[in-house]
Amino acid sequence: MGIENTGKAWETPKTEPFIRIENVTKKFSDFIAVNNVSLDIYKGELFALLGGSGCGKTTLLRMLSGFESPTEGRVWIDGQDMTSVPPYERPVNMMFQSYALFPHMTVEQNVGYGLKHEKLTKAQRQDRVKQMLDLVQLSQFAGRKPHQLSGGQRQRVALARALAKQPKVLLLDEPLGALDKKLREHTQFEIMNIQEKTGITFVVVTHDQEEAMTLSTRIAVMDRGIIRQTGTPTEIYEFPKTKFVADFIGSINQFAGTVKSVTKDKAVVACADWAGEITVDRDASVAVGQNVSVAVRPEKISISKKAPAKTLNAIEGKVIDLGYFGKDSLYRVKLPSSALVRVNRVNDQRGRETERVAQWEDKVWLAFEPSAAILLKD
Amino acid sequence: MRQRSTFLFSVLCFGFAFFYIPIISMIVYSFNKSRLATVWGGFSVEWYFKLFKNAQIINAATLSLEIAVISATFATILGTMAGMALARFSRFRGRTFFSGLVSAPLIMPEVITGVSLLLLFVFMERYFGWPAKRGFTTVTIAHTTFALSYVAVIIQSRLLSMDVSLEEAAMDLGSKPWQVLFDVTLPIIAPAMIAGWLLAFTISLDDVVITNFTTGPGATTLPILIWGKVKLGVTPDINALATIIVLVVSIGVGLAGYLMYRSEKKRERDIQMALAANK
Repeated sequence: MGIENTGKAWETPKTEPFIRIENVTKKFSDFIAVNNVSLDIYKGELFALLGGSGCGKTTLLRMLSGFESPTEGRVWIDGQDMTSVPPYERPVNMMFQSYALFPHMTVEQNVGYGLKHEKLTKAQRQDRVKQMLDLVQLSQFAGRKPHQLSGGQRQRVALARALAKQPKVLLLDEPLGALDKKLREHTQFEIMNIQEKTGITFVVVTHDQEEAMTLSTRIAVMDRGIIRQTGTPTEIYEFPKTKFVADFIGSINQFAGTVKSVTKDKAVVACADWAGEITVDRDASVAVGQNVSVAVRPEKISISKKAPAKTLNAIEGKVIDLGYFGKDSLYRVKLPSSALVRVNRVNDQRGRETERVAQWEDKVWLAFEPSAAILLKD
Repeated sequence: MRQRSTFLFSVLCFGFAFFYIPIISMIVYSFNKSRLATVWGGFSVEWYFKLFKNAQIINAATLSLEIAVISATFATILGTMAGMALARFSRFRGRTFFSGLVSAPLIMPEVITGVSLLLLFVFMERYFGWPAKRGFTTVTIAHTTFALSYVAVIIQSRLLSMDVSLEEAAMDLGSKPWQVLFDVTLPIIAPAMIAGWLLAFTISLDDVVITNFTTGPGATTLPILIWGKVKLGVTPDINALATIIVLVVSIGVGLAGYLMYRSEKKRERDIQMALAANK
């Protein structure tokens, strides 16, 4: 959806970034919350800042909104230096994690609050409020107070209020954090639709990787004040550049080893855990003798009781744990080296417990394609 | 268990009796027909009528009310400002010291507050010529001084429980800090301000000690007047007067308590709603 519309501006060399974060550092006395971060975000993107708590994502967002000022570096929005512009003069609005709806105002007054600072006639203002309430489908609740609304409705009021001023950039702090799972999915698509309709650049802060993956055009994975990797959800998931990113997004099996030999497009890695050699597609420059990690996602490993036809990257192990999630199952398989491998298998056939691929204590064969593995340098 | 609860219940009754029998007996005797404060001579409301015809008492009551209204208003304004400084400006030089200064009058013996204010007023009269003499102005200033501590504490606790992102949201939507104050902060803390005002009003209305130190000739507040009269013996008109004061003070404290209780309830309900909505 959103991805096609933006036309991948980040891949077009001549496109000017809409938001430019330039060598920004933020210190709180001794603690460095954001450490020399540079980031370009393009017009119309739905960009996610992803990371655990204390990684600096919220501080970065608050520097875009103006609530924090960088200790060093500059922030540009639409070609203007915003570094020392106060929040009330920035063309940026924010949807707060707690929604921060004014409890003493009705839904209508909340949405219209930011408009009283704009040069609009009363009719224009009412028109805009109505338009915003229509956008989030809350017109019939215009006269209610926030405490008379459900969590999902409040979330939409907060969204409408932040959009009412037609900002150049909309910042969303954990937009789905307070919603339950069913409502989350619905709201996710709603946010994407609204982003498409309005064409406003969205920057989302989240700790939830699934949320970041489904919502955004691009993700920046943050850790301890540093951006570890920036890329599309697919790039981040399938082609992580570091162990941290590989580990943080989804789950992954990692086998440490040493490069034995290198061909044009393949590398052979000797891994003690695998009790043998693993053949991997190489897309990073590796040299023989280098210490590396081979990382494989659990769903990219096949599991069966019969030995596979090809012996490449195949090994026998024993199922020691089995988790049944309905749509898929997770097998924890112990290798002869006593290393544990997580294997995910979609339950694409309907069946009883006894008809499963493997049971506890079963001997099974694991195998994966060289293209399924990621080669990570230490 | 039964025995223990009987014991607890009788202790409770005794406690309440200790608190309220004097007040109740005073109220009862204010309707006493007899001149003697301790001998029941039948029901009568004549002391209330006499009270309202007594110019001295009416003047003192009016003065007390004036001082209470003015000092409560100033105390609310200043106390709100102090409470905001304590709750919102997280890191300014001497914050702990300021916090101590604001709450010191809460624990300071009134005699000390009274004496020190008296010294201050004498000093100011000598070197600045203002306030020219002790009376209405000095009592009002004195009451404002110690009542603002109560207001500051109430406002501070209210602000600490208020979500800072509400103020940030208003600023984010284009309001300058002073607009945020009037659009968001003040409306939300208004119940706490009213509660603070009522508390300051009540404290001012029944203060004897500090008033005694800071007042002068011609400015006799109601509690001072009563104090003076009682020295000559308790008369039923004093009982009647005290009954009225008890009534006014109870209404003030009750209303302040109700406002605080209601805003607390409202917040709890909001939290409940938010949780329920997320289930």
